[in-house]
Amino acid sequence: MRLTPVQGGIVAPGLTDWSAAAPVLRGERPYHEAPLEVPPPAGLSLNERRRATLATRLALEATRQATTNSGIPPAELLSVFASSDGDMGLIDSLCRSVYEHHEPPSPTVFQNSVHNAVAGYWSIAEGCRQASTSVAAGDGSFAAGLLEAAVQAGVTGQPVLLVAFDVPAPELLHPHRPFGCAFACALLLAPDVAAGDGPALTLSLADTDRHQPETRMPDAALEAMRTGNPAARALPLLAAIADTRPALVRLPYWPDLQLEVRVEPGR
Amino acid sequence: MPIAPARIRAATVTTALGQGRGPHIEALAAMRPALRPGDLDAVPVPCWVGVVDGLDERPLDGALAPFDCRNNRLAALALEEDGFAGRVQAARERRGAGRIGLFLGTSTSGIRHTEHCYRHHFQRGTPGLGADLRFPTTHAYVSVADFCRCRLGLRGPAMVISTACSSGAKTFAAAHRALAAGLCDAAVVGGVDTLCTTTLMGFHALGLLSPTPCAPWSAGRTGISIGEGAAFALLDLDSDDGDDPALLGYGESDDAHHITTPHPDGAGAVQAMRAALSTAGLTAGDIDYVNLHGTGTPANDRSEDLAVTAVFGDTVPASATKGWTGHTLGASGAVEAVLSLLCIEAGLVPGTLNTDTVDPDLSAPLVRRSQRRTIDRVLSNAFGFAGNNCALVLGRGSCA
Repeated sequence: MRLTPVQGGIVAPGLTDWSAAAPVLRGERPYHEAPLEVPPPAGLSLNERRRATLATRLALEATRQATTNSGIPPAELLSVFASSDGDMGLIDSLCRSVYEHHEPPSPTVFQNSVHNAVAGYWSIAEGCRQASTSVAAGDGSFAAGLLEAAVQAGVTGQPVLLVAFDVPAPELLHPHRPFGCAFACALLLAPDVAAGDGPALTLSLADTDRHQPETRMPDAALEAMRTGNPAARALPLLAAIADTRPALVRLPYWPDLQLEVRVEPGR
Repeated sequence: MPIAPARIRAATVTTALGQGRGPHIEALAAMRPALRPGDLDAVPVPCWVGVVDGLDERPLDGALAPFDCRNNRLAALALEEDGFAGRVQAARERRGAGRIGLFLGTSTSGIRHTEHCYRHHFQRGTPGLGADLRFPTTHAYVSVADFCRCRLGLRGPAMVISTACSSGAKTFAAAHRALAAGLCDAAVVGGVDTLCTTTLMGFHALGLLSPTPCAPWSAGRTGISIGEGAAFALLDLDSDDGDDPALLGYGESDDAHHITTPHPDGAGAVQAMRAALSTAGLTAGDIDYVNLHGTGTPANDRSEDLAVTAVFGDTVPASATKGWTGHTLGASGAVEAVLSLLCIEAGLVPGTLNTDTVDPDLSAPLVRRSQRRTIDRVLSNAFGFAGNNCALVLGRGSCA
């Protein structure tokens, strides 16, 4: 399966947007850790903006970067949202309401707790009625999302917006699912019909029996980010897309299965 | 563009009505109810629920013990029915474990187990949630796919779809695409969701939980009843002359309107149903029965009624089966797809249990009492929170 990455977006501590992050991912500039900065989500009503969770704000900022001035109206995009664990803060809040405070949860917390709430807010913000799916596959969630996006682009011949996000859990859940930091990224992916100027991605599945290690980040802090958040497993692929050299990126998918992505630079 | 039909080689369903296909078709034909008053965690919320009995006594053991939680127990129980696991094993041996995809829907996965851990923590003042939480194999969304992949011995592409109450239906669409793209040669699809307290309390907080058994399309309906359920199907794109039923079409859309309230005109639902008909290469007149999402909330049924009549006019019989099973949430799209297959095979148009007086403001021709009649093609709707819609067209193999 082949795809053309049109445009990317990234939000993480010290990586505020794609254009600033690209030289860091290429290794041309050092990575400096910094507090997470996430602008308020555009496109939502004041009420929705006020209630938007960190997961929603991260995902909407990454999608904004990946779609602005892309030449493809966001309202026409198929979308795939990948997240290993959705919003664990809202799950914690639901459980605390019932078992600590012995009262019904807040309706807002409950409605936002579904995995696809983030996708729903994006569709509302962009007025997009195209098909949207939300997927999870644990630490392989980014690979699962990329594979689904590639399948959709291939079968429909339409561009697909891939979004990946995961946010750290609050105190009680954190020891059971420890994430180092929040992370979101987005890739606007076009079917590989007309060869454009940008790079091309070729996807294939590979058994891990061959003992090929998954691709790591050369920078220790970025490698810690990669292993500390399932969505950040995307980092080596984002780095390869930002670069101008051919690369083979091995993404974790299932313990017995990797997703191999061959990245060709612009033609 | 019409798609190639995907043959459904095996299918099974387990809900409050019982384990496997037999009890379901009997209950649908006999209008036999299964909902009971809810008493989960002694929560003081008046509601009726669809319970799968016996799960408390069936812990997962051996190599599968780390997966032990109510949701995976339900998956394990359902996989055994109707020889389903055996059919998957035969497909695995013929095609290779790496060539069978797995696409499962759930909205809350193993959160029931997490709830127990929170309850113990706050009741007993323990320092944390405890090692028995086993988060990755119980609570995590992926848990049910991980469990089924291990139980069935599969090594192919696999993922969970979690788009609230459309999840189970969307697994059929995702599997069809994966088959068409050559990513796998056969696919296990389905949905699994179990009763949990936070979901009951959450729907109660939203004012959407009915104090009486849900009565879709009825005058004065008061909301949903929640049930637990699991359904699985095995699909492939092999062409043959057999009479296995088939997935003929699918359509998906977003409302882009509101997180919990459906589009007032059902615009997104119309788009999904028309796409399902289009991919099936059919028109509205080719459909013999519409299996409604039919949750029983005033707004959901009103919106779906407008959408269904916009697509089908007022001639295609329609009904909702949630009065039998309760709303099985992330599983419901798969549960109702399999119920639709059973009705095609049995020649049965299911009625709408608990609905005595139909809302005079709704126009879809609602079937109230189950009728024996040949049906060849069914459209089944599943709509979820965040405005996520999916419609499937299922039919006899001879229609494929």
